[in-house]
Amino acid sequence: MKRISMAGVVFVAVVAAALVGAPGAAAQEQVFRINNMVEPESLDPGVVTGVPEHRIISNLFEGLAVNDPKDLSPQPGMARSWTISKDGLIYTFQLRDAAWTDGRKVTAHDFVYAWERVLNPKSGAKYAQQLFYLKNGEEYNKGKVSDFGQVGVKAVDDKTLQVTLRAPTAYFLDLTTFYTLYPVPRWAIEAHGTDWVKPGKIVSNGPFRLASWVPQRELVLEKNPAHWDAATTKLQKAIFIPTDDINTAYKQFLAGDSDWIPTVPPAQIDSAKQRAEYYATPYLGTYYFRFNVTKPPANDVRVRKALSMAVDREALTKFVTKAGEIPTSSFVPTMRGYEGVRGLPFDPAAAKKLLAEAGYADGKGFPKTELLYNTNELHRVVTQAVQQMWRDNLGLQVELVNVEWKVYLNQQAKLDYQISRAGWIGDYVDPNTFLDMWITGGGNNQTGWSNKRYDELIDRAGRTLDPKERMKLFNEAERLLVVDETPIMPLFTYVNKGMLSRKVKGWHPNILDQHPLKFITLER
Amino acid sequence: MLRYLLGRLVGFPPVLLVIVTGSFFIMRIAPGGPFDMDRALPEQVRANIEARYHLNESVLEQYVRYLGDVVRGDLGPSFRYPDRTVNELITLGFPVSLTLGLCALGVAVLIGGTAGVLAAIRHNRAVDYLTMSLALGGVSIPNFVLGPLLIMVFALWLGWLPVAGWGTWRHLVMPSITLGAFYTAYVARLSRAGMLEVILQDFIRTARAKGLREGVVVVRHALPSAVLPVVSYLGPAAAGALTGSVVVETIFSVPGIGRYFVTSALNRDYTMVLGTVVFYSGLLVAFNLIVDCLYAYLDPRVTY
Repeated sequence: MKRISMAGVVFVAVVAAALVGAPGAAAQEQVFRINNMVEPESLDPGVVTGVPEHRIISNLFEGLAVNDPKDLSPQPGMARSWTISKDGLIYTFQLRDAAWTDGRKVTAHDFVYAWERVLNPKSGAKYAQQLFYLKNGEEYNKGKVSDFGQVGVKAVDDKTLQVTLRAPTAYFLDLTTFYTLYPVPRWAIEAHGTDWVKPGKIVSNGPFRLASWVPQRELVLEKNPAHWDAATTKLQKAIFIPTDDINTAYKQFLAGDSDWIPTVPPAQIDSAKQRAEYYATPYLGTYYFRFNVTKPPANDVRVRKALSMAVDREALTKFVTKAGEIPTSSFVPTMRGYEGVRGLPFDPAAAKKLLAEAGYADGKGFPKTELLYNTNELHRVVTQAVQQMWRDNLGLQVELVNVEWKVYLNQQAKLDYQISRAGWIGDYVDPNTFLDMWITGGGNNQTGWSNKRYDELIDRAGRTLDPKERMKLFNEAERLLVVDETPIMPLFTYVNKGMLSRKVKGWHPNILDQHPLKFITLER
Repeated sequence: MLRYLLGRLVGFPPVLLVIVTGSFFIMRIAPGGPFDMDRALPEQVRANIEARYHLNESVLEQYVRYLGDVVRGDLGPSFRYPDRTVNELITLGFPVSLTLGLCALGVAVLIGGTAGVLAAIRHNRAVDYLTMSLALGGVSIPNFVLGPLLIMVFALWLGWLPVAGWGTWRHLVMPSITLGAFYTAYVARLSRAGMLEVILQDFIRTARAKGLREGVVVVRHALPSAVLPVVSYLGPAAAGALTGSVVVETIFSVPGIGRYFVTSALNRDYTMVLGTVVFYSGLLVAFNLIVDCLYAYLDPRVTY
């Protein structure tokens, strides 16, 4: 390459300049280009359930509280202040003077309308359960209570919203930062139906407003100058690009066509790590395997323990996943106010012994066992590595079964598997989001595991106000989950890995990977 | 001719009915449904959603309802994108796929045609060998290899073109070449073969004997007869380019309907899958008809 003549270089440069065009005024603007990886399913806060949607909607709308950009703690948003009753059941929010993008005032009635809409059985909202914390919320959604006046939310006046909970919920304020609980404009929805979220029709109340949206091409947000905190917002535009091919998305970043991609193709990790733009920070999520405790061989707790203790998690994260994942034997990731319970250690000798006690010395007589995973590069390499560790350390031959996503979900829900890989991402920063799923018959349990003591502990934690006491209960419950009973086998804490242009400032790593745009600036 | 045309048109609806019915039931047999998520829905919530989309009815009832809607031209709401109807998504995506398909064909005819003719008049010389080797490559390199290769060279190394996306002519270049490579190669071979056959015939020798310049001989006299096989190939090629852009659209993040074709099946977005299938099959059936009519027009030996 060094021998290329100067004339050649000049020629290439001239052609390139002609093709690319001179950088225009756009370069001077504060524009943040985000590769959002998929087309958002909707922009209706009451309808959506995904993370890509959250990246857009949390900037377009605003709830009672908003997340602090660094530690995610709830800060005043639409609510100027709030008071909580002594028993932790009644929250009274004082709303600030804020306006919708069409000039109307945001009132407590907008919240009541939005919450009724989510809970109304006819709307079929997928995240209705986010409002089951309200008194009679679940009953209203099930049609057992038909009068919404009995549900625990009330507009005392235009500026006062009173919320009554079913049980004291320590993380309720965190929930108000979540899109399902955002206010929505009744008049716009009634005028346009499902079209109300489209450009020209949408009315929102967040720091940004919708400028344009072409499906599968791009969605543009622009600064909302009428927002109460518009002085904080420096960004003029945010462009969301829905490239779903992960390799293309990565190349777009490398070519400078986007400023942030929230993921990196597994095959590119090694080269990505060499670049200054690469980041990997702990995520509020755990990668683990489920055991189906209703079917052999995992119906024997000794087998489950043996399988778990035969896996070297350090090696797995160091040589296989490689992005900086944190090996873990606990299910709850370390978070504000909670330290996860240390689970079973890596101990091949003890694992062998346990397996022998279960009647399968050196793997002899072990029934045909399959490990289920869904189509994904990461899952493929992780399950292969674990398969080999089981073969080397226990002498077991476990077969890998690869199915497509929906088939995988279906088989897991029906307990039609023996061992399956899984992942869980917390909804809010509290151990409850990781532990209440394992109660008997819980919709996300999907292992067939049931333990009376466990159910009782979770129930008691749900009614306990004292934070220390609550954490103690959660600790005891987690011990049952990862030490004594092991219906699951945690492997590592996920990391947020991605590439962020170095000119982006005000973007703080945090465990939910949430980065409010109003704090972001671009340096040239 | 008119009778033939009418006969073919009458055959349209039954063909579509078979396709719709087949896809409808195959989709329902596939395990998993549109509302299976990694976070299990409470039973009541799931029941509420299914009631909203009539999924609580028997499959037969749903089928009859769907057929009725299709006859009225309504392909239903998308399950995955609840704010949008399938009609809307196809209306937005088809012009994009059409543009891409036509550009790919343009590339095929211009580059493939020129290369083929050049190869023929320089028969068994360097140009001939070079273009035919390239053509061999074009036919055999799959587009999921060619696409990323082009991105690497023209977007990452040279920085001339954007990696992916849609909106300006610069976004069109690499997807058109990737999608058109196969057809370009095919057209090059067809036009070379056609040209070789024509160039040896008596009327060409006569033209040369008159003292005409070689360029005039080739363009005026030989070319029109030589391109006949190419023209008849363009029908199937057009159908293929319009419906076969699934991979190319994904690699270059082109907002056409090809992308929905795959993702909606994976998402079990029943209405969207059926919508794209109905649309594509309508398109294919129509193209076949057009091609058959063109044959009759171009080749006097074919009559209906």
